[in-house]
Amino acid sequence: MTVLDKSAQLTRKDRGRHADRLFWAVCVFAGLAVLIILALILVTTVNEAFPAFSADFFTSTEWIPNDPDGDGPRGPVYGTLAFLYGTLVVSAIAVVVAVPVSIGIALFLTELAPPKLRATIVTLIDMLAAVPSVVFGLWGILVLAPAIVPVYQGIHDVVGGVPGLGSLFGEPRSSGRTFMTAGLILAVMIIPIITSISREVFATVPDSDKQAAWALGATRWEMIKGAVLPHSFGGVVGAVILGLGRAMGETIAVALVIGSSVQITANLFESGYALPAIIVDQWGESTGDFRAALIGMGVVLFIITVLINLLARVVVRRAEIRMKGAAA
Amino acid sequence: MTATTAARPAASAPAPADLRRSALPLRRRVVDGVSKGLMVFALLVALVPLGLVIYKVIEAGAGVMSWDFLIEDIPNSARRAGGGMGPAVAGTLIITGAAAAMSIPLGVLGAIYLNEYGKQNALARLIRTMADVMTGVPSVVMGLFVYVSYVLLVKEQSGFAAALALGCLMLPIIIRSTEEMLRLVPDELRQASAALGARRWKTTVSVVLPAAISGIVSGIMLAIARAAGETAPVVLVAGTTFVSNWSLSGDNTTLAAQIFKNAGEFFPAAQGRAWGAALTLMVIVLVFTVAARLISSRFAIKER
Repeated sequence: MTVLDKSAQLTRKDRGRHADRLFWAVCVFAGLAVLIILALILVTTVNEAFPAFSADFFTSTEWIPNDPDGDGPRGPVYGTLAFLYGTLVVSAIAVVVAVPVSIGIALFLTELAPPKLRATIVTLIDMLAAVPSVVFGLWGILVLAPAIVPVYQGIHDVVGGVPGLGSLFGEPRSSGRTFMTAGLILAVMIIPIITSISREVFATVPDSDKQAAWALGATRWEMIKGAVLPHSFGGVVGAVILGLGRAMGETIAVALVIGSSVQITANLFESGYALPAIIVDQWGESTGDFRAALIGMGVVLFIITVLINLLARVVVRRAEIRMKGAAA
Repeated sequence: MTATTAARPAASAPAPADLRRSALPLRRRVVDGVSKGLMVFALLVALVPLGLVIYKVIEAGAGVMSWDFLIEDIPNSARRAGGGMGPAVAGTLIITGAAAAMSIPLGVLGAIYLNEYGKQNALARLIRTMADVMTGVPSVVMGLFVYVSYVLLVKEQSGFAAALALGCLMLPIIIRSTEEMLRLVPDELRQASAALGARRWKTTVSVVLPAAISGIVSGIMLAIARAAGETAPVVLVAGTTFVSNWSLSGDNTTLAAQIFKNAGEFFPAAQGRAWGAALTLMVIVLVFTVAARLISSRFAIKER
């Protein structure tokens, strides 16, 4: 073999070239699958739900599928406002409860816990995320809801007379299946998400910032307040939005504990309903326009959660860029 | 006025700075202590429900748990005692298995595109963003999607439809976790392989993937654990069955769907079966989660 032969071999065009090309094409297709599926979701569901989209759909609070008394000139009414309201209220409760708890845990893990304890707690929080939502729902309906009514009653007795608070914490529903119960269960379910992102964000706080705070004689809390929190504000906001999106889409646990009443009320201790919950609850008995209305609610839900997720990404990305700038 | 402010530093200057903790003003010490207390309290707020749920599932589930419970058919009347969750166990295994078989190859190949070919180009960035967005799509929407795009076409609810929906839910999770793992593989390995004359696909398949395999497997297992617990899509597209159906066609059911159905019943027998199903499901999910952690910690790529 001469040198010339060898260099000729290195540039020889063999079958491998086609294999390379083929593998690349397969990978690109697999990547595109994500885009294809998302586009298909939007197109097929909107197409199927189209008959349901009317003015009533977005503005009416009445939900009278299939004209139940069967007598009237009144056709069925598919108003979704009550469900949208329920979804918003329940996820708001979840976020209000989960955010301080998650930030507390994340701070504990990054700033306070000894390393050994930290690993254990991270595992436990991961376990919280691994528990299927239907199990939380089962526990919520059979254990939490009956047990928590006296607590609601107690809160109502104390603040019921206060204007404003009194309408929020009104007479509790005796089944315990309420906005509040659903919100609390959801809060437990989104804590792991917000905690893990907040933890990552807190970990990016530059050591020099913290040491500067120590050097000025700050206590641990003053260090957190002065160095950690301002630095990570943007990232934590992103985490909260992400948690909100997850809470709005959660179906089964909410369907079980929210109590299934189509109503708009300020009383958080009353029963309500939510968009995803009604879809699974009434899917079996739905046909025709009724089913189209349920699919329409799915479309609304899809669009809301996609927008929320995009927003969360933008916020987190922006915070990341700012943090990198600060660290450099 | 001016005299006092001028005099004060001069008066305290000779004394050495007292750096002991007790020298801090009481208010600052209390605030610090309270904040630490609140952090620990936050942890308890999260872990107490976890403990209560696990305790209750084990306590109530152990009462009905037996080998027969795992293989017997579901009674077709909720109020009847006895029977088991056999069809749900079969359905969970076959539906989740089929979902994994569909989403794993697609997810891993997609991740290879993102990390080995696309990197930071516009398409790859778009796919990455959309995969994140897809992770946040509610599972019930995935169920609706499969219903209108598949069940309506073939006019049959089936285990396969449920597997499709679960596969769609698993796909973005697998893509993102696999990509993270591929990113950890050092570039020197790829360069060494290329220098030996390997084609790019050969490098990827025989060098990059094996180097990252433990992380990829653990990510896949977490995705499987999550899919096994999903309820809403199964309720929408799988129908129901009372006898074990080990095929992908025809009505089927899963543990999660059975928990949902039985949880709302007033009959103690149904509630008991729900707790039993919950215990079974939790064990399945826990096995996958723990296995994922063990694999990833035992064979982790050393980050450099």
